[in-house]
Amino acid sequence: MSATAPASHGPGHPHAADQGKRDFLKLVSGAAAAIGVGAIAWPLIDSMNPSADVLALSSVEVDLTPVPAGQGITVAWRGKPVFVRHRTEKEIKEAQDVKLSELIEPQPDSERVKAGHDQWIVVIGICTHLGCIPLGNKPTDPRGDWGGWFCPCHGSQYDTSGRVRHGPAPLNLYLPQYAFESDSKIKIG
Amino acid sequence: MRPALSTARAGGQFAATLLAATLLAAPAIAQEGQLPHPGWSFSGPFGTFDRAAAQRGFQIYKEVCSNCHSLKEAYYRNLEGIGLSEEQVKAVAASVTVPTIGDDGQPAERPALPSDHFKSPFANDKAARAALNGALPPDLSVIVKAREGGPDYVYGVLTGYGEPPAGMKMGDGMNYNRVFPGHQIAMPQPLQADQVQYSDGTKPTLDQEAHDVVTFLTFIANPEMESRKQIGVKIILFLAMLTGITYVVKRRVWSDVH
Amino acid sequence: MAGLHKSDYKNPVVNWIDTRLPLFTMMNKEYAVFPTPKNFNYFWNFGALATVTLLLMIATGVFLAMNYTPDSNMAFDSVERIMRDVNYGWLLRYAHANGASMFFIVVYIHIFRGLYYGSYKTPRELLWMLGVVILLLMMATAFMGYVLPWGQMSFWGATVITNLFSAFPLVGNAIVTWLWGGFAVGDPTLHRFFSLHYLLPFVLIGVVFFHVVALHITGSNNPLGIDVKSPQDTLPFHPYYTIKDSVGLCVFFMVWAAFVFFAPNFFGDPDNYIPANPLQTPSEIVPEWYFLPYYAILRSVPNKLGGVCMMFGSILVLFVLPWLDTSPVRSARFRPIYRALFWVHVVACIALGFVGAHRPEGWWVVLGRVATTYYFLHFLVLLPIIGKLERPLPLPESISRPVIPPRGGGGPLPGGAPAKPMEKP
Repeated sequence: MSATAPASHGPGHPHAADQGKRDFLKLVSGAAAAIGVGAIAWPLIDSMNPSADVLALSSVEVDLTPVPAGQGITVAWRGKPVFVRHRTEKEIKEAQDVKLSELIEPQPDSERVKAGHDQWIVVIGICTHLGCIPLGNKPTDPRGDWGGWFCPCHGSQYDTSGRVRHGPAPLNLYLPQYAFESDSKIKIG
Repeated sequence: MRPALSTARAGGQFAATLLAATLLAAPAIAQEGQLPHPGWSFSGPFGTFDRAAAQRGFQIYKEVCSNCHSLKEAYYRNLEGIGLSEEQVKAVAASVTVPTIGDDGQPAERPALPSDHFKSPFANDKAARAALNGALPPDLSVIVKAREGGPDYVYGVLTGYGEPPAGMKMGDGMNYNRVFPGHQIAMPQPLQADQVQYSDGTKPTLDQEAHDVVTFLTFIANPEMESRKQIGVKIILFLAMLTGITYVVKRRVWSDVH
Repeated sequence: MAGLHKSDYKNPVVNWIDTRLPLFTMMNKEYAVFPTPKNFNYFWNFGALATVTLLLMIATGVFLAMNYTPDSNMAFDSVERIMRDVNYGWLLRYAHANGASMFFIVVYIHIFRGLYYGSYKTPRELLWMLGVVILLLMMATAFMGYVLPWGQMSFWGATVITNLFSAFPLVGNAIVTWLWGGFAVGDPTLHRFFSLHYLLPFVLIGVVFFHVVALHITGSNNPLGIDVKSPQDTLPFHPYYTIKDSVGLCVFFMVWAAFVFFAPNFFGDPDNYIPANPLQTPSEIVPEWYFLPYYAILRSVPNKLGGVCMMFGSILVLFVLPWLDTSPVRSARFRPIYRALFWVHVVACIALGFVGAHRPEGWWVVLGRVATTYYFLHFLVLLPIIGKLERPLPLPESISRPVIPPRGGGGPLPGGAPAKPMEKP
């Protein structure tokens, strides 16, 4: 039961002159077969990517009129919570006045809101630490020392601009892609 | 040897008789009215959908068919496949209101979005039957695939209305149709000449209308058809090449076997 | 015997693995250097084609299952969603649906090849019987898979086929209720069929494995039907038969692709694009083409229980075929009477297929009964008798010298004796 190289088998060896041509043909057919296997595998793999109906739902419109100042709403977008907070004048001022050097991930408030719509902060409501959903969007929730959001899992705290102010989260809350369709309506995605 | 051969011959004859009987009996079953074959832009391995015809067909569906027939597997966004722009699709969808749940928790209505399924004319089958004298109009999403004869059949039904032959007893509220199985159909003739106004100047004859709406319905039943055929041509060519190469390699490998 | 395997591989990693688990040695022995008769024709491709088809069916099926919903209210729509929204979903579904037909085409050719060349005869009886088990499992899998789209044919096919079991006296109705999980085909039926449709292909893989193991114990049959006598008669499986199988595989893929891309609903029934309606039976219930001959046998027998028994019997008879055929000669090439009867049998099976597709009226009934009678006559009466009566043609001496020795002796070949009964290797 000893294994020997397959080439040493069979009646009559191929002639040496033939060998080169034969190897080339084997190479070509092997390459073509590899392409074939890829062509079979790709549709299988791609079928697991988001389908057309999932992609078609990848943007949502949100009406802002029912949100009073100082409160927020949570909307589902691509299966994730998005926090939309109507900030008070005081909260806006706090967010704008903070020294960038104090921040864990320095970023001015103006880069996190849309110009002319300072009162609206829109962030993806997932803690950048380990993916929990921070509290603070409901009036009864704890909002942490900086008046924004507070993550119950490991105590990360965010300010009213969604910037992380107290670890262990390393980064500010992510901003979704969104645009104002009118003063009272945004389209996320 | 002799008996063996004659038995073999007898067996062969028996086989031939059996085969002949099978083949002879086959056409006896082909029945029902002959289907028209109007010729379609989408037939054949390179066929594509005639965009203009499909868009006119959508107009027919919207103005005529959709009063009774749903298209519930299709989405408004699918209309981009027959050449409508994103804005046009949005406008088509927005012209329809669909049920939703309002923020107060009560049933409400909102304009449809391109991501919505086509709105069905009736809330459910029972509502349809109640409104239509007990008849249930079938959903048209895959109607072209769900009937023997496909597009030819649907075209045949749409153009197959007429007076019943003398002596044929028609059921109450039934209409005569050459192509429909049993020749009695509950649906009154849906399309007439000049039923719609085409904006592209095409003359809306009955044949033209039927042709257009069948083109549209074939697209709705097979939205993947064009890319399917395009990929198919490439795959077949690739496999033909691979077969050739493999065969040459096989000949070489086997050349030393005697 | 315990102890490390002594491996000859040079590559240290391969050698390390092979010493502990001689996979490489085994693959080399069974698929590379495996001595295979040198005279195979292209009909010997079909076992490999069937294996590849099974693997592709499992691959496409697993990905389809990721998007399919086995619920009577959602199944039809979920299939339409696969067709319309899932990336390449239409390709997966059409490849899977047509793949079922391809699988049966390939396996039927494989079976008739075995019948023609006597591949079921000793010592390959168990190999053959495992093959029949594979066929039965395939049929069960295909039937349950056809139910999943939950169209009209799915529903009524399931109703009719499960009702077959009601033919059995006393327990019949209890069995049917048990199969349904209710008092009609419904949601519970769909759920369990989906579960089993997912399970059985993996059972199939297991049986196929044993089928191959048994094949490698006895060695392959060949078009001459005579045993391998010397190394001169064989070739190593690789590269000779790997490349020959590859040629067949390419052609096979072309046929499959032609259906998938250009006539994807050719084998399908339009009625299955109508959602299942438990209150209305389609005007004609026709099973998929690969079940038509059995369906014809079922309807050819006027008695319900008799029909069911004959239908199952038409496959079960294959289990005992190795003992019904009394001829010691394997290949039909050397059996003139059997060769003729083989073709009659092929025509009878095709005729049964046509009969199954049509309403049992007029000529079709007669044809169905004649063909059914022949089917059983062939196996149960003719094969045992002609094995005794038939005088086979003289067999060649060996595969490498496929010359029929001249009659009356005097040729250079020793032993030009006619048909030695079942020579020993």
